[in-house]
Amino acid sequence: MSNFKNGLKIFTAPFNSGNPVTVLVLGICSALAVTVKLQPALVMALSVTIVTGFSNLIISFLRNTIPNSIRIIVQLLVIATLVILVNEILKAYVYDVSKQLSVYVGLIITNCILMGRLEAFALGNKPIPSFIDGIANGMGYGVILVVVAFFRELFGSGTLLGIKIIPESWYVVVDKSTGYIAEGSGFYLNNGLVILPPMALIIVGCIIWVHRSINKDLQDK
Amino acid sequence: MENFINIFVQSIFIDNMIFAYFLGMCSYLAVSKSVKTANGLGIAVTFVLLITVPVNYLLNQYVLSEGALKWASQSLGGIDLSFLSFIVFIAVIAWIVQVVEMVVEKFAPALYNQLGIFLPLIAVNCAIMGASLFMQQRVGDEYHSFSDILAFALGSGIGWWLAIVGIAAIREKMKYSNVPKPLRGLGISFMITGLMAIAFMSFMGIKLIN
Repeated sequence: MSNFKNGLKIFTAPFNSGNPVTVLVLGICSALAVTVKLQPALVMALSVTIVTGFSNLIISFLRNTIPNSIRIIVQLLVIATLVILVNEILKAYVYDVSKQLSVYVGLIITNCILMGRLEAFALGNKPIPSFIDGIANGMGYGVILVVVAFFRELFGSGTLLGIKIIPESWYVVVDKSTGYIAEGSGFYLNNGLVILPPMALIIVGCIIWVHRSINKDLQDK
Repeated sequence: MENFINIFVQSIFIDNMIFAYFLGMCSYLAVSKSVKTANGLGIAVTFVLLITVPVNYLLNQYVLSEGALKWASQSLGGIDLSFLSFIVFIAVIAWIVQVVEMVVEKFAPALYNQLGIFLPLIAVNCAIMGASLFMQQRVGDEYHSFSDILAFALGSGIGWWLAIVGIAAIREKMKYSNVPKPLRGLGISFMITGLMAIAFMSFMGIKLIN
């Protein structure tokens, strides 16, 4: 029973007080760049979760045999191999998304969440808890990705996963002949700024703001 | 020469590593509390980029990309090793960072003391790996020669350096302002970076490379 509780604790930490993005400041590079649309964000979250889970598992199995002085290069090789596998699978099954993610799939290798979890957890724990820790951290990262992508796609394009959410009749229509807003048209326009890179940063800032207002222990002095 | 300057300016201001692609954000946020250390990291990143990107370019041109092995023998012309590029690039980066650390320690102890802990950290800085991957993606359409690659590496490094020194200076001043408690530290740094990125967006749409 205590085993189960321990596992649950490892699993839930990354969603709140140990969130890799908003608390530990790990893996931000890719978190921001792939969040213009919800679909690539989901694919990215899934890829990172798989890589963190399995790299934690593999390194945890090897933890007693890796010499301390070369551990970083061993970790990098394990991660790079997993990322190559993920990249080939993405290219084979979801080619469009893999094109959209472009270099950011390769950048999973240098995503600090991976090295951070390997150093902090997998090197000192048994394989099963390490695997849970990896999966949970990948998901904690994925949650932030999905929240940011949700707001950016909804307000930037008026869609979610490519499906129209905001009704067409709400949109402002410009009358081409006069150049003014056509009579009887709607009141809504997509916010072009949300799609641009700076807004991703500001949305993450807002998430941190909300998170730290609720969880006061995390606030800076 | 004209191309060199165009690519150089483009990678500093328009394709800025931080503001346009968010690369190297981890160390950018962690090491930007004072201008002095930010400056040290900026120099180290520029230095390492200037070595790793050209080396990875040569590897990409002569070993990894499709048909690149033709120089060795005609029969190897059909081999495409590009699926290996992630692992080769990261190995080259880790190796060069190690060599650079040893060389700098031996021949320039003053610089070594200044860079100190930052050098080993650079191996896992996304900006370094990202620059190599962007180089691989753009080679052929935008970059045609070795000097173009050098301009891109130098420009990206300096752009990153500029960004981290800028945010460090703002954060030093921000100590004296009254930021809402939950936003202090990380939250406000994100928002300031967002505002800086909006400022840099004014360069967008300028096209220097034909």
